[in-house]
Formats: sequence, structure tokens, C-alpha cells
Amino acid sequence: MTDATSGPDVNSGPTPDNALREADAAEKKGPMLAADGTPLKKSLMRALRREKLRALMLIAPLLIFVLVTFIAPIADMLFRSVENEIVAETLPRTVVALEDWDYASGEAPDEDVFAAFYVDMVEAEEFKVHTRLGSRLNYETTGISSLFRKSGRGVGRMDTDEYTDAFIDLDPAWEDPAVWMELMAADTTSEILPETNSAWDSWLRILKENDDNVAEEEPEDFLYAMLYRDLTRNSDAVAAYDGPQAALLQAAAEATADIPEVSIKEQFLDIDDDWGDTEVWGTIKAFSPKYTSGYFLSSVDLKLTPDGVEQQPDNQKIYLLLFKRTMFMSLTIMVSCILLGYPVAYLLSNLPMRVSSLLMILVLLPFWTSLLVRTSAWKVLLQQQGVINDILVWVGLVADNNRLVMINNQFGTIVAMTHILLPFMILPLYSVMKTIPPSYVRAAKSLGATPWTAFWRVYFPQSVPGIGAGSILVFILAIGYYITPELVGGTTGTFISNRIAYHISSSLNWGLAAALGTILLVVVLLLYWVYDKIVGIDNVSLG
Amino acid sequence: MALIQPIKTPPLTTFTVPFVAALAGFFGLFVGIANGSGILGLLVGAVVGAVLAYALVSFVPDKRTGTLISLAIFAVVGLLLAGLSGLVGGAIIGFILGWFTYWLHSGKYRMGVPIYSTPREVLWHNSYKFICGLIFFFLIAPIITVMPLSFNAENFFTFTPGMLALDPEAYSLKHYRDFFGNPDWQQALRNSVQIAPAATLLSVTLGTLAAIGLSQPHVPFRRAIMAILISPMIVPLIISAAGMYFFYSRIGLQGTYVGVVLAHAALGIPFVIITVTATLVGFDDSLTRAAANMGANPVTTFFKVQMPLILPGVISGGLFAFITSFDEVVVVLFVGSAGQKTLPWQMFTGLREQISPTILAVATILVGISILLLTTVELLRRRSERLRGMSPG
Repeated sequence: MTDATSGPDVNSGPTPDNALREADAAEKKGPMLAADGTPLKKSLMRALRREKLRALMLIAPLLIFVLVTFIAPIADMLFRSVENEIVAETLPRTVVALEDWDYASGEAPDEDVFAAFYVDMVEAEEFKVHTRLGSRLNYETTGISSLFRKSGRGVGRMDTDEYTDAFIDLDPAWEDPAVWMELMAADTTSEILPETNSAWDSWLRILKENDDNVAEEEPEDFLYAMLYRDLTRNSDAVAAYDGPQAALLQAAAEATADIPEVSIKEQFLDIDDDWGDTEVWGTIKAFSPKYTSGYFLSSVDLKLTPDGVEQQPDNQKIYLLLFKRTMFMSLTIMVSCILLGYPVAYLLSNLPMRVSSLLMILVLLPFWTSLLVRTSAWKVLLQQQGVINDILVWVGLVADNNRLVMINNQFGTIVAMTHILLPFMILPLYSVMKTIPPSYVRAAKSLGATPWTAFWRVYFPQSVPGIGAGSILVFILAIGYYITPELVGGTTGTFISNRIAYHISSSLNWGLAAALGTILLVVVLLLYWVYDKIVGIDNVSLG
Repeated sequence: MALIQPIKTPPLTTFTVPFVAALAGFFGLFVGIANGSGILGLLVGAVVGAVLAYALVSFVPDKRTGTLISLAIFAVVGLLLAGLSGLVGGAIIGFILGWFTYWLHSGKYRMGVPIYSTPREVLWHNSYKFICGLIFFFLIAPIITVMPLSFNAENFFTFTPGMLALDPEAYSLKHYRDFFGNPDWQQALRNSVQIAPAATLLSVTLGTLAAIGLSQPHVPFRRAIMAILISPMIVPLIISAAGMYFFYSRIGLQGTYVGVVLAHAALGIPFVIITVTATLVGFDDSLTRAAANMGANPVTTFFKVQMPLILPGVISGGLFAFITSFDEVVVVLFVGSAGQKTLPWQMFTGLREQISPTILAVATILVGISILLLTTVELLRRRSERLRGMSPG
């Protein structure tokens, strides 16, 4: 057993630090000078600083390495558990427009929101990010994913081309990209044509993505739709406009009265009736902030809805159950480890060294054997066609057609994990018991205590620190276990870690995985803090 | 203490015979259940046991001969009743009964307890030893069971009747051949062998330097630095794996060899730090000062004076780091891609999809490797303690 104690500070040799203290004491009798004439105190300080710097230089490469390869990933995970930029990034205009909309009104948002959403969707569809947003929101309200997919296909085929035709009929100059560029470059247009201007920015980004030249591409329908909206709503400002293409713009503004309005809201409702559903819009609004508590709420079976925080429906409440089960099973494993580990550790620490080091091999061999080897061994033993069932059938305790189910349930997980974690209980117990002097028990016995009293009142209390250390170690290891529950746990023996893995690799709900991981991490760190209080971080012992 | 105890023979008819009869009755119960009637088995077993104990103690004073006779009788009876497997079972039961008889009769059962112990204390002491034996059995049996099963000629995960009958036909090396011939397993082995040493080298180099730094007398923020460096060991693997997966895919390391090596090196570092700082606790600083005094530069001092002394700690830390990487599944499962499939990963998929008992052959090979590593670490630990004068050796 190798124990690392925080020894290096207990340095008895002459160090700059000690010398400094002596110099400090001598200070009163007048400054001492070093060989080179500088005050001794100063030169000692310099030596001490150099020594500290050298120690830090030796540590620095590893510290940086661990910070980059390990701490940064953990920090990234913590960040991901609250991060929710995708909504605001994909639908920037919609998020702003939705601020004025009230979910409690029970009505779908008005035309303005749909117009903003239209431009956002056109851009998102070009960059193919609307499906990602759809799947993100689908975790919160099912059905949104297919709604976004469908609408992405639909936005290009809307009736807004009627505006395009009307404007071009009015003046063919509207078809010319150069006219648009001139108009949009003017300083004041961002004020009098705000929506068109913002849509034009999207148009420029789309063209850049496709490597197209702005001067050659014909403007698309959504630009005309936004122009129509701006012209009808800001007619006064347009009339006062005197920048480039003013005549063209004013002529168009006058003609808008004759162009029939195409409701963008209706267009979306044509694509799918669900756009009239307040649930969909409520979800978008509830998840529009850049940071959300939604993942954490989901991981404790709550739900962030437009109305505030609600309980999940009963058939979707799984996480609290899983947390409880993880706790319960880890506790069971811990208790079994104490029950099995204590007698063995007691025996090992009371036998002569020669015998006990032989028996220690029986503890250390499983400790050193690959985790997968031990898990596969239990799979072999516990299966219905496995060794234990075969023996039971052969002996006649169990009928051949009625073999025991010992795997893919809680029992299998508990047995296999108790076996795997038992050495982690025995080793700390052993190292504590080794230090208990046998004379106390002998004294108790000679004073008339029965063997049981001597054990229970004298020996056991001295071994409690070992039980504490072993228990916390086993518990910490158990609640984060993944491989063994995955292989022998079936559906009833899985832990919270299996759910985390599921969300990372299968459902791709990384935010929820990160939130579950964060909760687990907090629990483990809390336990570790307790462990540090009881045993001390430095006293971790290895085989 | 045992030597000075006068060993006294317990009464035959009121002590040895009933106890042996009880044990034999216990065995008889099982044989009886297997053959249809438990009660009958119990009774027959008890009678046979009583007769056996009486006969052995009265007529065969030599322990070894008596045990062999008992073994032979039961083996023959077993052979007649249930063929080859009966022979083995009978021999085991016969041996246990014979040994138990002499153990009781010679008074050796009182060896471990003081002479003044009451019978109940003696009984408790022996039951306690028996329970400990069972726990040791629980610890070691699963690992032992895997070994013979890996030589199974069939694709079963259990003992076939042929194996129980010790039929040479039922044993084969085909799963080992499969392991060495199958490209999937070979690729996995190659990946493991490429990843683990690289990760070990990285964590040992950086870890040893840092451990030396940490052992200097004046290190600012020592506790905080230690906590950060030990953290990969504390954080549950699934959380490390999740974090690394997110972060490494952000910076383009997910699914690359470098990514897996970096991740494994990070996981191995705490072990190197712990073992090397433990070795440095006993390191006498005046040695380096003496070397410096005699004109050696820091590099020479390190390689000629410090390194040879802390080498056992460095090597055992390296072995810990190696086994951590070699055994690791969870992180590689997420950080790696199909191209970095390691041996444990291949075993994991094999176990999940129940492909073949080749896994058991691999498991046996891995147990062999861990025995090798265990021995090395133990020898190194002894050497280190001897060098530091902590134990006479």
C-alpha cells in the first residue's frame, strides 16, 4: 500500500524559508549582509521566489495539459446544460417580434410575427438550419420537428410571388438588382424600409453562401413581400424620402393601394394548421432566451412551458425515478460491500503477514483484472443457460424449464457491481484495521468483557473510519457506473449514467445529457468533499 | 501459540461422529434432491457419514491414507451411480468428508483459538473462517470460471457435458485461433497497443515532472493544484466522456487517434501523481544538494541521483496509467470512432450483441496480463520500500 501524505512541506533541511525567518529574528540587531553585499533578507527573498517559480515551472506543463484536456471539457459540459442560442440565432426577427405576443391570450400571433418568421425561415432554409432547430424544439413539444421540415419546403412556394409580379408590372426597374442595391445602400432606407432592409441583409448572406454575385441575381419573393409591408405601413416617411430612386419608390408606394394583400399568416396556416396552435408559438417563445433552465427542469421531471414550470405528464416521468434507483442501488451495493468486506479485511489484518499477503492476492487479482473480464464472467455465470443455473438444475434445486432469471435486472447489476467494487472496500478497511493495536481488545477481555462486547465496544469503533472511507469510495464509484449496468442491467437495472449515454449517442439531446451529467457531478463532488473531510484527498491508496 | 497447546482428542461418539454425519447428511440432501427424495438422501447421507467417521477413526490412524480411502470409496460409488461426473463429484465429497473427520478428531479445529475458549466460541471462530472462505470464493470464482470455458469446443457460454466428462474432444483452442485470426479483434488489439503506450508516455513524463514540482517545499496553491490534477480520477467516467465528447467535437479532435490518446493520458495522470509523490515523500533532499555541491548541474542531478531512486514509483505509476488506458471503455466509446476501436470496446460490443465465446479467450489472456502486472507492481513496491529503508525487505 503506497500512501501519499502531504509530506513535502515537512522539510527539516535548511531552506530559504527557514533562513528567512532566522534573518527576520536577527533583523533587530541591524541588517545582515550576504556575501555580495546585498541585505541578507533581500537575497533570501529572491532565492525563495526563484524556488517557488521553479516548482511552478515544473507543474505548469501538466496543469495546462489537464486544464485543456479535462477541465475545459467539463466546463463545456456545464455550459451546454444551460446554453440555448439556437432559437435566437436561427429566428432572430421572430424572437424579437414574439416579445409583444402574450401566450395567455390563447390566440396565435399576428401578421407581424409571421412576416418576421417568414424571412427567418427563408434564410434558415437556405442554410439548412431549420431542421436542427426543429429537432431541438421537438424535445420540448413533439411534432415541431416535422412542422419545421414541412414549412422549410413550403416557404419557397408561397403566394408572395403575387407581390413580385405586381411590382414588376408596375415598373420593370424593380426586377433589376442594381436598383435594389442602390436603394438599400442609401442611408435613410434602413429607417423608412426597416423590414426590407433587414431582409436584404439576409439576401446578401444567402448569396454569399452560394458564391453568387449580388448584381446578377434577381431578387426573390420575400424581398417584395417585405417591401410591400414597409410601403403600406410607412407611407408618410416614403413620401418624404428624397434619396436615390425616390421617384420609383414613391410611385410604388402609391400603387400599393391597388395591390391585393397576401396574408403571410394564412400562407403558413395553409402549409400546416399547427401554425395556428398557441402551443407551438408558446414553445418558441419560452425557449427564445440564450440561456435556459429547460434542460435542468427536464432532468427533474419538470417542464418549461409558456405558462411557466409544470410537471411532466406521468408517463414521461423517468428521471426522478432513475435518480432514486441509482441512489438505492448504489446504497445496496455499498451495504453489501461493507457486509462482505468487513470480515475479510478483519481476517487479513489479523493473520500473520505471510498468510495474509497470500490471501491478499485473492483481493488484488480481481482489482487488477479488466472490468470487462469481470462483467463478462458474471454474464457467463448468471445467464439462464449459464453456469449457476446449470449447477442448480443439475443439483435439482431448480427445474430445467423454470430457470432463475438472474441477469438483465437489478439483482444481476447488484451482484456484479458488488463483486467489482468489493476490493475498493477491502483495501481502505484493511489499511485502517492494520493500524488498530490488538492490545486494546486484549485489555478489554482481561477486564472481563465477552468477546462480542470487546469487539463491538472496543474494536469496531476504531474501524469506523475505514468503513467511512470505503463506503464513500464505493458509493462514488457506483453512482457513476456505466459499463456494467449497460451489460447486465437490462431495463430495470440501469443507472442515470446509461440515460446520459443514451442522450449523447441515440437521442442527440446533448443539452439534457449535459444537465443530467451536471447534477451527477454535483452529487459526486459533494460526496468527495465529505470524503476529503474524513480521509483527506492525499490519502488515496492504490493496491 | 498453537504449538504450546496440548492437542487433546475430542470424544469420538459424541463429537466427531455426529458432526461428520451432519455434513454428510447435508451432501446427501443434495444428492437426494437430484434423485427424487431429499429426506431419504439426508438420512442415508447421515448414516453413511457416521459409519465412515467411526470406521476411519477406529481403524485407520494415518490421516493421509484415511482421506485417500474415503476419496476412493466415494469416487467409485459416484462412478457407479452417475458416470464420469459422478466420479468427480464423489471424489470431492469423499475428500471433504475424510479431511473433515481427521480435522475434527485430531483437535486441529481448536488451533486458531485460545485454549480457554468455550465450545460456542470455537464454533463461531470456525464458521467465521468458513464465511471468509466463501467471500474469497465469491471474489475469485468468476475469474477462475472464465478460464476453462475459453477452451470450450462449442459456442456455448457454459460447461458442456463433454467438458464435465473431461473429454479431450470437448476442449479446443478454436476461440484463441479466432482471436488471433479475426481481423476485427486484431485491429482492436493493434489500436489498444498503439493508444495505451502513447497515453502512458505522455502522462508519465508530464506527471513525474509535476510530482517533483509538487514535492518542493514551497508551492503556492498546492491544494488547489492537487485537486485539479487528481480530478480525472474523481469525476465519474461517464461525465468525463460526455464532456470530452462535446468539447473534442467542437475542436475537431473527436474520432481521432490524438483525441483518444489525450483523453486517456488525462485519465492516467492522477495515478502517476499519486504514486510518484508517495515515492518522493521518503526522498532525502540532501542527496540532490550534495550532488549540486559536487558540481552536478540540475539535469545531471535529476537523471543520476533523483531518477534512479524514484524509478520504482514512476514505473508503477506508469503501469497504473497503462492499465487505465488499456482497460478503458467509456471514454473511448465516445471520444473515439470506429477507427480507434480498442480491445475493451470490441469486448463491449461483443458482450452486448452476444457474438461468440472468443470474448472468454480474450478475457483469459487479459487475466494473464493482469497477473503479470500485479506481480510487477508488487515487486516494485517492495524494492521501493527497501530502497527507502522502510522495511527490511
